[in-house]
Amino acid sequence: MANRRIMACVLSLALTASFAGCQQTNGSASSSAAAAGNAANTAASGDTIKIGFVTPLTGSTSSYGQSSQKGLQLLEEQVNKEGGINGKKIQIISVDSEGKAATAVTAGQKLINDDKVCAIVGPVLSGSSNALAPICQQYNIPMITGTGTNENITTAGDCIFRTCFTDPFQGKIMAKFATEKLKAKTAAILYDNGSDYSKGLAEAFKSAFTGKIVDTESYNSGDKDFNAQLTKIAPYNPDVLFLPEYYEDVAVIAKTARSVGIKATFIGGDGFDSPKLFSIGGDAVEGVYFSTHYSADDTSAEVSQFVKDYKAKYGGDPDAFAALTYDAGKVLVDSIKKAGSTDGTAIKTALKNYSGTVVCGKITFDKNRNAVKAAVIIKTENGKGKFFTKITV
Amino acid sequence: MSFVEFLQQLINGLSLGSVYALIALGYTMVYGIIGLINFAHCDIYMVGAYIGFFAATSLGLPFVPTLILAMVGSAVVGVLVERVAYRPLRKASSISLLITAMGVSLLLENGFNAVFSSTPRSYPHNILQQKNITLGPVHTDSLHLIILGVSVLLMILLQFIIYRTRIGKAMRATSADKDAAALMGINVDWVISVTFAIGSALAGAAGVLVGILYSSIDPYMGIQPGIKAFTAAVFGGIGLIPGAFLGGLMLGVIETFVTAWYSPLAGAIGFIVLIAILIVKPSGLLGKKASEKV
Repeated sequence: MANRRIMACVLSLALTASFAGCQQTNGSASSSAAAAGNAANTAASGDTIKIGFVTPLTGSTSSYGQSSQKGLQLLEEQVNKEGGINGKKIQIISVDSEGKAATAVTAGQKLINDDKVCAIVGPVLSGSSNALAPICQQYNIPMITGTGTNENITTAGDCIFRTCFTDPFQGKIMAKFATEKLKAKTAAILYDNGSDYSKGLAEAFKSAFTGKIVDTESYNSGDKDFNAQLTKIAPYNPDVLFLPEYYEDVAVIAKTARSVGIKATFIGGDGFDSPKLFSIGGDAVEGVYFSTHYSADDTSAEVSQFVKDYKAKYGGDPDAFAALTYDAGKVLVDSIKKAGSTDGTAIKTALKNYSGTVVCGKITFDKNRNAVKAAVIIKTENGKGKFFTKITV
Repeated sequence: MSFVEFLQQLINGLSLGSVYALIALGYTMVYGIIGLINFAHCDIYMVGAYIGFFAATSLGLPFVPTLILAMVGSAVVGVLVERVAYRPLRKASSISLLITAMGVSLLLENGFNAVFSSTPRSYPHNILQQKNITLGPVHTDSLHLIILGVSVLLMILLQFIIYRTRIGKAMRATSADKDAAALMGINVDWVISVTFAIGSALAGAAGVLVGILYSSIDPYMGIQPGIKAFTAAVFGGIGLIPGAFLGGLMLGVIETFVTAWYSPLAGAIGFIVLIAILIVKPSGLLGKKASEKV
């Protein structure tokens, strides 16, 4: 009997110890337990300026997460090589959000409370950004997302910035492109009912499309079977099928659509932008068009330099997520430099007044702290995305 | 809805339903024999999908060996779970068993997440020739027909085992009355292990089929189908094997038609069916009212 009790105690202790050891983060080290009781802003502890980064390194959108991290780490390396910010080196602390909003929130809180970062780059996904924004606003920690396109993100407050276009903009562009370039008179939409990104983009396309929307269907996040919805859409024979979701779902939907006899051209937003689109979708995703923020084929000086640096470090071309996150980081770093301090209020004022040229072009923020920039349309050919046209609105 | 569309949706529904049926069989068999709702069952489905994935990619096996290996692997995992987690609690209250089942479920999901990460993996494209098939005006693809075919085959096999073999007779006996079966010389432990093995093998097969169809597997893929399959088992009559078949197929068809009619309801329909059947006929479509003999 006593033995049982002792075993139970030992096991409980072991369990507790393993929970404590479970605070895993990806990327650079974190200084959780040893956080000195420094109530003041310890973001610039010693000679480093700590910047947080929330990104989906694992999960169904890991393609975005890993590209973004590469882009940001390239920036970190470049900035530190040139002496950092006013002599202090920067340190990017990445935490995996797994593509889930709830995990993104805990990641952000860890960065703010344990790592004491002075600002956060990201999150990468719209759902995560919407969830984390109010928290950053509450703590007065500037949050700058390079890739969150949902309209609501920046409404959380004056600490929240974004350096990419918004979904209303994207939806409008794709609607215009479909009517003008693809000569589409009818369209159908299949969107993800559980994703902020998908719903926002679907709404935007719907209101901007001047042709007839013959059918709108939805599915739940995590659903893998789209047969019912697509079989319903097939008889309408739309000219285009708008798919405002992420690459995993797009690929499966495309394959299923072709198998139920849908002949429409597939179009969508920046969620398509991943090499995994092709590995999962195969032939079904040839000849699709989507809007995104940048193309490696762009001939501007900034893009060429960025592509060259990225290739030198990682081998292979950078995608939009790498470029955008690099830009978000750059805008933040330049603003911290201008602010001359790591205080949240100083940084956000500097951000508000930012004006400069980054990889994706010239950036300024409008009164809602959204970036004003151009969009690029990509067409897929032979398993790769090729630059089709640039659109400014 | 035109007749052609109706037929097409029917095929979709039956195909989806046969996957639910394969998983529901495991739930119903285990409940029939030890009165436990095995919450970890949907994760055996996931384990089967992963075993198949590694068989297909690392070992480069073609479809049939992959399927068989996955079924065998899942059976082994199922039996292991039973031995380690459920057998010691045979005499305990059903609440303890239930909680343990949830624990095993979490262990499998998070264990796989920790080891393989939640980034979805894809089965190799060429494992099964996916051809678009047109039967008259109806469009479908070879994979759906294969899923339907394999599921029906496995279910027929199961029927054969249950009704034409000695072990099947032993399973039916144990399910009717465990103690009496033991008194008749049936090795109840062995029968229970076989039950778990068969149920898990079927779930593993479903995992591989679905993994190939949707080209994507991840550690949490079992949760949704698991809940739906459980609903299907209850709908058809929990504890009854024909109930699991019927429930699975019907739920698949109902879900497909409701989704076609008004897709935002797609996620809710499974639960609406569950609530409805529990209110109207709690013992399920094929179940008999079990009265307590006092």
